[in-house]
Amino acid sequence: MVRIGALLVAALGWHLASTYGFDFFVRFDNVPGPLVVGAEFLAQASSQEFYVHIFHSMLRIAMAYGLAVVTGVVLGVMMGRSRFAEDVILPYIEILRPIPAVAWIPLAILMMPSEQSSIVFITFLGALFPIVINTVHGVDQTSKVLVRAARSLGASNTAILWHVVLPGALPSIVAGLAIGMGVAWFSLLAGEIISGQYGIGYFTWSAYTLVEYPKIIIGMLVIGGLGSLCTLLVRKACAPLLRWQIEGAKS
Amino acid sequence: MMSTTRLNRAAVVEHPHNYRPRTTSGKGRISVRSIDIVFATANGPHPAVEDASLEIQPSEFVSLLGPSGCGKSTLMNSVAGFVKPTRGEVLLDGQAVANPGPDRGMVFQQHSLFPWKTVKQNVAFGPLMAGVGSREADSVASTFLSLVGLSRYAKAYPSTLSGGMQQRVGIARALANYPSVLLMDEPFGALDAQTRSMMQENLLEIWSEFKNTVLFVTHDIDEAVFLSDRIVVMSASPGRIIADIPVRLPRPRTQELLTTSEFMTVKRECLGLIREQTLRAFEQQNQAS
Ligand SMILES: Nc1ncnc2c1ncn2[C@@H]1O[C@H](COP(=O)(O)OP(=O)(O)OP(=O)(O)O)[C@@H](O)[C@H]1O
Ligand SMILES: [Mg+2]
Repeated sequence: MVRIGALLVAALGWHLASTYGFDFFVRFDNVPGPLVVGAEFLAQASSQEFYVHIFHSMLRIAMAYGLAVVTGVVLGVMMGRSRFAEDVILPYIEILRPIPAVAWIPLAILMMPSEQSSIVFITFLGALFPIVINTVHGVDQTSKVLVRAARSLGASNTAILWHVVLPGALPSIVAGLAIGMGVAWFSLLAGEIISGQYGIGYFTWSAYTLVEYPKIIIGMLVIGGLGSLCTLLVRKACAPLLRWQIEGAKS
Repeated sequence: MMSTTRLNRAAVVEHPHNYRPRTTSGKGRISVRSIDIVFATANGPHPAVEDASLEIQPSEFVSLLGPSGCGKSTLMNSVAGFVKPTRGEVLLDGQAVANPGPDRGMVFQQHSLFPWKTVKQNVAFGPLMAGVGSREADSVASTFLSLVGLSRYAKAYPSTLSGGMQQRVGIARALANYPSVLLMDEPFGALDAQTRSMMQENLLEIWSEFKNTVLFVTHDIDEAVFLSDRIVVMSASPGRIIADIPVRLPRPRTQELLTTSEFMTVKRECLGLIREQTLRAFEQQNQAS
């Protein structure tokens, strides 16, 4: 209740500031008020184009993120399990990881065959590193006793990977997946703003260039909402796999 | 709670499943032949076990006793196949031990259950790895859970169980492969005194049923005397075998045995040896630092 109240206070402040053209360092005279934005939102919600933008963003996220999850977990497990793989892959990670996805945009546009693929590429890169790093971290923490226990019960290397290493690394991997989803959205938006033709980032930026200010705020809210929704989906999808942890914590 | 710690004899005798891949009778002869185990460390080679020889007959219950850090776990791990001797050889029924295998069940001190598997899935793991179908593995797991009196907890996760219950699951899991050898490294070391003595009686009951060869590492002299046919005493590091004490106390054994004079006689013999070695170990550690 208090939280809803707090939001209402902020909305009221926003309403007053934009109605009276508040102007001290931060300017509200160009910012549409909540009522205008609300009306525009209803208009957008019934226009097909709005959903086309959302669809394109979600499609890119799905492709890039799906690819990042598979690549990230596979690379992470290889690095965590094999000294050689770690020595080969780690230098690349160390060099590429500090480069923000946004900085990849010019090169991605030059290298990739289409605008679509360059946006998907930088989104993929954004999601990839947190997933790799967390997977390596999780795999590194594999319990030696559990590996021994499994071996003495007749488990093969594959079985140990499947029954011991991966489940043990899973809490860390899931954390990486959630962070990766956040970074994926961040990177996607950067890509769409700079080089998109569709997508919610393009929608927001073109609203600015076309002086359709209410749509900026709608874009921002939708971006925030979709980002949270996707992160929530990732956590919910992984929750059944971590049931053992939750049950253990209860006791 | 205590009533559930009683051994469920019916479960063992009936064996409602067909899976019983190995006959354990007559198997499980362990021969350790003058082995050295040297670890390579940052400070150079570190001898953990020196010239150890040990013959264990099938179905014999042998305890390894010695001061902390003397190499008990290392010696046991060479039988398990986790550590290769630097010199000498370890044989199981005449075959050189090269790798860990399901014929040697292991029970660890603690935290060795798969936390992401339910109690029953933990016990079913060995049979599954042996290639029996999941239905069959499930039935084997039920049998062994009921053997250790934990059928009610089949669907629980290990972290929701007490330490004693977790160790019973660990024992059930090791037994579910019908191993000819059971290797136990301080399996009751983390339990309180009451639970511990209850577990000791349970273990003897199980052992009398399955007749596995047992190699049991412990710090606790009472425990070693109570359980064993023989007690092998190791010296301070590097571990050598300095005594092999037969325990000729009648079976079946119950806790009343602990107060008899025969028990005291064996215990005194072990105490003297252990004290001497522990003092030596202390002096060594002092010199080293
Ligand atoms: N993997 C290893 N690498 C190097 N040194 C080791 C290794 N494992 C054991 N050691 C050393 O070998 C010696 C024997 O260790 P071990 O664990 O066998 O002793 P322990 O008798 O089981 O001791 P505790 O009673 O404390 O369990 C110790 O000095 C230990 O530090
Ligand atoms: Mg030990």
